[in-house]
Amino acid sequence: MIGIQGLTKRFGDTVVLDAIDLDIADGERVVVIGPSGTGKSTLLRCLNFLDAPQAGTIRIGDLTVDAAQATRQQILGLRRRTAFVFQNYALFANKTAKQNIMEALVTVQGRPVQEAEARATEILAQTGLADKAESYPAALSGGQQQRVGIGRAMALGADLMLFDEPTSALDPEWVGEVLDLMRQVAEQRQTMLIVTHEMQFAREIADRVVFMDGGRIVEQGPPSQVLDAPQDERLQRFLRRVG
Amino acid sequence: MRALDFSYMLGLVPVLVSYIPLTLFMAGAGMVFALILASALAVERVVKVPVLDGLVVLFISFFRGTPLLVQLFLFYYGLPQVLSFLTQINGVTAAIMGLTLHFSAYMAESIRAAIAGVDRSQWEAAQSIGMTQAQMMRRIILPQAGRIAAPTLVNYFIDMIKGTSLAFTLGVTEMMGAAQKEAAGSFRYFEAFLVIAVLYWIIVEILSQGQKRLEIHLNKAYAR
Ligand SMILES: Nc1ncnc2c1ncn2[C@@H]1O[C@H](COP(=O)(O)OP(=O)(O)OP(=O)(O)O)[C@@H](O)[C@H]1O
Ligand SMILES: [Mg+2]
Repeated sequence: MIGIQGLTKRFGDTVVLDAIDLDIADGERVVVIGPSGTGKSTLLRCLNFLDAPQAGTIRIGDLTVDAAQATRQQILGLRRRTAFVFQNYALFANKTAKQNIMEALVTVQGRPVQEAEARATEILAQTGLADKAESYPAALSGGQQQRVGIGRAMALGADLMLFDEPTSALDPEWVGEVLDLMRQVAEQRQTMLIVTHEMQFAREIADRVVFMDGGRIVEQGPPSQVLDAPQDERLQRFLRRVG
Repeated sequence: MRALDFSYMLGLVPVLVSYIPLTLFMAGAGMVFALILASALAVERVVKVPVLDGLVVLFISFFRGTPLLVQLFLFYYGLPQVLSFLTQINGVTAAIMGLTLHFSAYMAESIRAAIAGVDRSQWEAAQSIGMTQAQMMRRIILPQAGRIAAPTLVNYFIDMIKGTSLAFTLGVTEMMGAAQKEAAGSFRYFEAFLVIAVLYWIIVEILSQGQKRLEIHLNKAYAR
């Protein structure tokens, strides 16, 4: 169970997240949509303190953090309960595909190398990259890199997986394979919070769609409701625009 | 004008060559300690620990701002007058200490710049998986910064090898000191110093070749 209350983020005088409330059930897949610059990325980044929110509480599993006075230990706790998939993949450039997946298991979770290696091999097989285990990111296509990125996130066994537009930096030819892998992850009842512009994918995968505008959640509900029968005028306009 | 005494020069070569291991030892030890110290200084400059940061800035400024020879004299001849336990120190140790402190100041700056050159996505990815600052530095940032800084660091190693010649001013009989003694004995200063110059030149050339190969290797880094 994930609980977010009053989450607030300002950059200088600009309020980017305006007291966001959002609960996510275990195994729920929530897709966030909204116009550019409305704080979708910031919401995800605040949940694992890549950006530090000024106010609000974040509850993930057994950990509750008051953002205004989060300790270093709590921040690490949040980061270890979440996994982040970046738009630009952000694979460790000095590590092979397999090492990228093993890194958190060995360094952060302190698991034996052999066990981590076995798990990484398993995940590489699942992501269809068994033959790329020893490749460095620079030698992989965008789609392959993002699949490793998702594999790295899968390995964490996180309570919540965060995806920030995981396909929007990809050449169109690689989008399909990444979405396929995300479907696989979803089938495992992994709790997911996904920012995406892929409306068809959202419709298919989401238990709930959240529409953000101006740092607030304007409308939310099942895809059939939010995408097919939008109430708010801003949402209607947004959907017309993205087609 | 007189002709060069070639047979004297040839005879000198094996004598001076036998001191190369000491030169490499001083430079090698200095390099290892300087790398460790410089990495620590550079990380501090990036993380900026209150109070400590001011001291580090001062340290770097002093050791970059004064000549190596002055620093060596200060340590070897000066400090023992103030700190009595330092009287035990021998010339080789003092030279290694001096080279370490002097070059760590320079190397800290290039490592700091290299750390700043590591892509922001690498920091964020490391944070996102819950690494501590120390884990992030050790596992992700410093290895990548090392690749960026490596060619520059080899330059400092070359400077350090040449810098070991100053150890003779601390009474160490290393390559330069030996050449000086030989010359004083034979009065063939030009020949002796010409041989020593060529020897340093050859060592540095060999290292420069290694540096070129290293750069080629680093340019195809992580691309497999
Ligand atoms: N580090 C920062 N400093 C200052 N302003 C920032 C920073 N990061 C984001 N912003 C601002 O916060 C607002 C929200 O940005 P955010 O990236 O969260 O939007 P988004 O909804 O993800 O947009 P997009 O769909 O374009 O990715 C934008 O106006 C942006 O300019
Ligand atoms: Mg964004």
